[in-house]
Amino acid sequence: MNAPAKVSDRLSATGTANALELRNVSKYFGALAALEDINITVRPGERRAVLGSNGAGKTTLFNCVTGDFLATTGNIRFFGEDISEFPPHERIRRGLRRTYQISLLFTGLSVRDNIYLSCVGVSRRRFSFLRPRRDDALMAAADNLVDVVHLTDDRDTLVSNLSYGQQRQLEIAMALAGAPRFILFDEPAAGLSPTERRELVDILNGLPGHMGYIIIEHDMDVALRVAESVTMMHNGRIFKEGKPAEIEEDPEVQALYLGGDDG
Amino acid sequence: MALIENTPAAIDAVERRSLFERIPAAYWLVGFVLLVMPTFASPFVLFQIFGWTFILGIIALSLMFLGGYGGMVSLAQMTFAGSAGYMLAIFGPSAITDISMNWPWYIAIPLALALAVLFGTLTGWLAVRTAGIYTIMITLAIAAAFFYFTRQNYTIFNGFSGFNGVLPPKLFGVDWRGSTAFYYLTLFWATLCYFAVLYLSRSPFGLALQGVRDNQRRMSALGYNANAHRVAAYAFAALLAGIGGILLTWQSAQISPGTAGIGPAIDILVIAVIGGLRHPVGAFIGAFIYVILKTFALDALVAVGLSGERFQLLIGLGFLVIVFWSPDGILGLWAKWRDSRGKDPLRDRGGDTP
Ligand SMILES: Nc1ncnc2c1ncn2[C@@H]1O[C@H](COP(=O)(O)OP(=O)(O)O)[C@@H](O)[C@H]1O
Ligand SMILES: [Mg+2]
Repeated sequence: MNAPAKVSDRLSATGTANALELRNVSKYFGALAALEDINITVRPGERRAVLGSNGAGKTTLFNCVTGDFLATTGNIRFFGEDISEFPPHERIRRGLRRTYQISLLFTGLSVRDNIYLSCVGVSRRRFSFLRPRRDDALMAAADNLVDVVHLTDDRDTLVSNLSYGQQRQLEIAMALAGAPRFILFDEPAAGLSPTERRELVDILNGLPGHMGYIIIEHDMDVALRVAESVTMMHNGRIFKEGKPAEIEEDPEVQALYLGGDDG
Repeated sequence: MALIENTPAAIDAVERRSLFERIPAAYWLVGFVLLVMPTFASPFVLFQIFGWTFILGIIALSLMFLGGYGGMVSLAQMTFAGSAGYMLAIFGPSAITDISMNWPWYIAIPLALALAVLFGTLTGWLAVRTAGIYTIMITLAIAAAFFYFTRQNYTIFNGFSGFNGVLPPKLFGVDWRGSTAFYYLTLFWATLCYFAVLYLSRSPFGLALQGVRDNQRRMSALGYNANAHRVAAYAFAALLAGIGGILLTWQSAQISPGTAGIGPAIDILVIAVIGGLRHPVGAFIGAFIYVILKTFALDALVAVGLSGERFQLLIGLGFLVIVFWSPDGILGLWAKWRDSRGKDPLRDRGGDTP
């Protein structure tokens, strides 16, 4: 490698880089193109909503960013660093987090222990043979997150005994563990009651300003209140990007998406 | 799910009680009986029955740790034990003075254990790339390779006959192969290994291992390197197996290819499954049953006019019955019985269910 390239690499790995940059990302399942030629740029601290009908490729997009699936082609940069080939845990350790559309929780553990496990995962104590002491800093961090998502009263409840809405909140808490720089929320509001939705909006709006995210959200109302930019997806492609107001008014969008088939 | 018994929050609640309260009556009782055993048990019972039970229990415990917490079934645990035994014979004293280096115990034992751990780590590194039946095949292949290699290699492993005269050091002037001394020696190490596994199951490492077992994808999305945790589990399990292997070598004062052959490798699996993989105590229950059967079944069979050879058949049948009735082994049966009674004597938190 020649020297100038190295310098620019290092420069782009520092603060000036975009939080997330996807270049020509495609994902094929056999012949099915779940993602085709996706280009997205998200600035640090930016909050973006992704909208699109069922099967549009939104979850697949997340899976490619986190490394749950490797993208078939294309290039993904996270704060300037090329993470395209990284295994999931390496991406997570760099400050990326996600939630799952269908909750993936440890149902045999309590709320607090699920979050504790999340805190340990991005700490240096992953391989510690020592049990947590009462004044354990990670346990304290976990307790704090329990409060953030309003599960204080259910701190010691087994996850299998939580309501659906509470499980969704726990998913969010697990994504907030450690010091995330960027979070991918996969339909966190789906199936929530109006009250729970309001709480969710408050939690998202209460996140520190530097914490950017992408949220997949069907409900325009929620999306408008938690995101400052919107990306519309359809059939594995991005077909519109802009401010929420622009998107809402766009006739093409209205015909295709808001006009009825928001599955 | 099994993670339930290992929650740090539950520990936290428990630790507010005093040590005395925290340890259920069953532990005090079993501990007391085991401690005073030498006052009434015969040397044969101490050395042959309990000594052997504790040793096989430790080796089966290493499999319980991998299988129960890590969801990995390894047939190579006896091989790790055997490798530690061989290294002990090679570096320490034995009757084969041409090969044995006769180094002092404080060098030979740590070296033997370290090499067993290295062996286990390498095996784990290979095995974690596979799952289910393929893990079993890989570890079986390693066990078979070790058996044939030690049998054919005369320069290091002394081939077919192996090493005899592998004796424990006369530390503190005690003959550690004396029945009472050996009983306490094996009891000590069995207890230590047992509580080490219990303790570890609630450490971040143990929790993460169980998380990887239950949902690897989720753990990756939390920043865990699933395979690294699995390999580390193999390393720790090999340490346990190595301790068992050293004690096993001292017990018979010899080590030969047959010690770690395919038969013994499968016996360890049988012991662990009979006892049950859901709690460390299962390994010792399984080992006790195995030792009793192996020691007395032959006489019992002959007494009722059957050929002593049928012993293996008896174990096989017992295995079948238990696996058929309760895939969780004796512990599973116990759990069923306990559930019907609403009591919890085995878990170290007594009835303190979260
Ligand atoms: N693991 C998979 N294997 C095969 N096809 C998949 C897989 N995951 C998603 N797909 C397909 O990719 C397309 C996009 O799915 P997805 O990203 O889940 O959509 P969305 O989240 O927008 O509803 C769908 O046609 C879906 O059937
Ligand atoms: Mg989806």
